[in-house]
Amino acid sequence: MTESTPGQTVGPFFHHALAFPGDSELVPFGSAGSVVLHGYVYDGAGDPVPDAMIEIRQSDASGVVPRIGGSLRRRGAGFTGWGRSCTDGAGHYWFSTVEPGLPFFAVTVFARGLLDRLFTRIYLPGAADAVEGLVSEREADGRLRFDLHLQGPSETVFFKFPRT
Amino acid sequence: MTTSQHEISDEIAKIQADSPGGAPLLDFAPYRSTTLRHPTKEPLHVDPEGAELLAPVFGHSDVDAVEADLTLQRGGEPIGERIRVHGRVLDGDGRPVRRQLVEVWQANAAGRYSHQGDQHPAPLDPNFTGVGRCLTDDDGWYSFTSIKPGPYPWRNHHNAWRPAHIHFSLFGTDFTQRLITQMYFPGDQLLALDPIAQSITDPAALARLVASYDHAQSEHEWLLGYRWDIVLTGSHATYLEPSDD
Repeated sequence: MTESTPGQTVGPFFHHALAFPGDSELVPFGSAGSVVLHGYVYDGAGDPVPDAMIEIRQSDASGVVPRIGGSLRRRGAGFTGWGRSCTDGAGHYWFSTVEPGLPFFAVTVFARGLLDRLFTRIYLPGAADAVEGLVSEREADGRLRFDLHLQGPSETVFFKFPRT
Repeated sequence: MTTSQHEISDEIAKIQADSPGGAPLLDFAPYRSTTLRHPTKEPLHVDPEGAELLAPVFGHSDVDAVEADLTLQRGGEPIGERIRVHGRVLDGDGRPVRRQLVEVWQANAAGRYSHQGDQHPAPLDPNFTGVGRCLTDDDGWYSFTSIKPGPYPWRNHHNAWRPAHIHFSLFGTDFTQRLITQMYFPGDQLLALDPIAQSITDPAALARLVASYDHAQSEHEWLLGYRWDIVLTGSHATYLEPSDD
């Protein structure tokens, strides 16, 4: 196996390059069958991280992981199963999507001050065999809420995969 | 903010003596912003499943060919040293990553980003956004035409300067191969002083972030060529098709 190229921080100045219209809308906001997945990213002092970027990859509602292009232009592409959300000044991220048939969102986290990407999962409420601590909460208005803590007493469980 | 470069370099040297590693250390105090942003718990070892085994797919409906030329996007010629950066994206087994998205962004020749958060008092270039995209070809090759970015100061410590670099965002065939990194230029004296680059404590691994000058890509009276190959981590998928190179 060849030695892999190391990662580096996304830095502070990525929004103009990586954000794009509709990046966090895997399906149009408010469309039939859609759900909002959202939350806040916090640092080890409990302060919001306003320069993070979250990406999700997921199956469709029937459990099929889509393998179609069009995520960068969304309109008319169909469900691609991938999205990107840059946190705002309050450290908030959000996606408009569908609840995956396979019961978790695969997640990568990038931020200024974070030297390499982090992997985790966000499970649907009630998912069987969920990793402890990684289950989203259903809010009264139907949205799914999951906060990410880079450090601290509520530090999110991050993953190491084989071969990474 | 009175810490000197000398003190930062001493901190870096101590850590590197203790823990040479090929991946950047997330807990790397010389880069001050890591202090509250690195996880402290050991990562959970997990076998990828479902959506983790399949990277998102991008195609020509996502990216226009013109997006690979960062000198063309604003109607006028940007100021600076025109360059081409090209190379291959390979997976951890040496297979080309085909028809996959590569995103880049960088400062202009004066060391300033076209980002509202960048307040470095160097001039913006009205003809340069420093943002590009392309798809790799069937053999994993990418190519961007651009302007050599300038180094720029930052507030990590007194008289701190980032070496010139281009940010790269990459996808493989698995979601787990996702990579965002920075490409550096050969011979840059700032690399040894930079806490972000030096968080990769194994010099051989850091060398994999440095492009090489590629005279065969340089064009007569037009631009200078650089070659930089990118190797992602290994795929977890079982491939039925053999590699064809």
